[in-house]
Amino acid sequence: MTSTPASVGIVVAQRAAFLQPLALASGATLPSFELMYETYGTLNADRSNAILVCHALNASHHVAGVYANTAESEGWWDNMIGPGKPVDTDRFFVIGVNNLGSCFGSTGPASINALSGKPWGSDFPIVTVEDWVDAQARLADRLGIRRFAAVMGGSLGGMQALSWSIRYPERIANALVIAAAPNLSAQNIAFNEVARAAIMTDPDFHDGHFYDHGVKPVRGLRVARMIGHITYISDEQMAEKFGRQLRDGLNFSFAPEFEIESYLRYQGEKFAEYFDANTYLRITKALDYFDPGLATGGDLAHALAPATCRFLVISFTTDWRFSPARSREIVKALVDNRRDVSYAEIVAPHGHDAFLLDTPQYHAIVRTYLARAPR
Amino acid sequence: MTSSMRADFSTIAGWIAPASRVLDLGCGDGSLLAHLRESCGATGYGIEIDDAGVLASIGNGVSVLQSDLESGLAGFDDQSFDSVILSQTLQAMRRIELIVSEMLRVGREAIVSFPNFGHWSHRTQVMRGRMPVSPSIPYQWYDTPNIHLCTVADFDALCVEQGIHVLERVVLHETRRVRVLPNLLGSLAIYRIRRDQRTPG
Repeated sequence: MTSTPASVGIVVAQRAAFLQPLALASGATLPSFELMYETYGTLNADRSNAILVCHALNASHHVAGVYANTAESEGWWDNMIGPGKPVDTDRFFVIGVNNLGSCFGSTGPASINALSGKPWGSDFPIVTVEDWVDAQARLADRLGIRRFAAVMGGSLGGMQALSWSIRYPERIANALVIAAAPNLSAQNIAFNEVARAAIMTDPDFHDGHFYDHGVKPVRGLRVARMIGHITYISDEQMAEKFGRQLRDGLNFSFAPEFEIESYLRYQGEKFAEYFDANTYLRITKALDYFDPGLATGGDLAHALAPATCRFLVISFTTDWRFSPARSREIVKALVDNRRDVSYAEIVAPHGHDAFLLDTPQYHAIVRTYLARAPR
Repeated sequence: MTSSMRADFSTIAGWIAPASRVLDLGCGDGSLLAHLRESCGATGYGIEIDDAGVLASIGNGVSVLQSDLESGLAGFDDQSFDSVILSQTLQAMRRIELIVSEMLRVGREAIVSFPNFGHWSHRTQVMRGRMPVSPSIPYQWYDTPNIHLCTVADFDALCVEQGIHVLERVVLHETRRVRVLPNLLGSLAIYRIRRDQRTPG
């Protein structure tokens, strides 16, 4: 009964305001906050067909479809979500939500701090994956969703799905944890720290209060994004896409000569135009801090003991930022708890970026799993 | 492997206590686990390396973990399953001793089934100078996945050598049990084994 895969079409973002304070992991409290979200498909009568999609570092609530009269406005996971797609909006009510601290409309460092009447800047608290999940749970309450059919995400989004299974076990029937890890390795934290250093040493950063100065630390953001991009692609993919190709021969200069240089500069520039430096700092910090096993003395199985949902864990063979071995740690902890878990290791050449692409086996696994998933 | 119920399924199901935790190595499309879930309320996981098998298992509602058995069962704790099953996969594996000892480490018991190379039809084909092809080993020598074919007598000998206690042995031919001259008249052998308590290691 599946239709030909199609787009969800034109979508409109919505805003939800929460006036009850939110206690954060840091000890700080957000007196009130707003979350941007989008929904696709129809919530069924018993409200049992909702799927929450959690975003990764640079994405937003705009998961699928397009905005009216806006060119190139396709949602970041449009290949996954829509009528007849692996996450079938003919069956499921799908919610995309923008996390706290982000720069796409949810309350974040660029929002106005009611106390000062000025943008929060570096005064915006450091938020964690757990804080995001708590805020998402408030949105679920608002939408009348007691229990999600599934919470899913890739990379940092997968960490949120994992966190949901621990924090709200009774509110989630399935967790799809894709290209994720139980925590970041030292190498991963190191990459994040270089990115943060690039931003914080930019003279236009002004200790995070650059809004007051009418500038943006775009140079730092560009470098941060360039570093990130290197880690999202596999060595083999980079060799295949760019190799040692030159744009215009060797000119014995420091202008971009190799295609890879020009690609990274382009990615950096594009990113710095729309992304907020304070958000980048906070989201990388949330990545670094995520470590559910920390509370249980490093014992991930113990940390996952409260989880009762079914799990689908997926990794990609050439992902070296969140390698299959890290996903297997999650699987082992779930097996130790005798949880219902399936694990697929997808052969894909693209590195970490593979979770955003449409490798047939990957999409078939998600489609088949969700088609059978009990709520 | 086909999705239809294989000849060894009902024998295996008879050896699985109700509500057992089982691990099915090389689970293919998950049909054995699905059968054990229906027939004895078993829970557990299948392990499969092949993409199509993993997808089909998920489609059959079976919990499947994509992994290469040749690297052992490192993700599983000692004695964490009631039974570890290797159904008609042994003959295609490289490291037989490793996988059998891993099965007995992770499971309190293990069930192993394999095509019996000692069946008379195989022997006569070898006598005539050709590699055997039969319903139980349906491959030509040049395209077979089977690299470690053995006879019932061979597996018995391995068990003695490795200190493995054979709890039960059923030899079938075309779903019928063969009690007389099983190594000659049987085409499919199914063993229920455990580590011999008297022999350490």
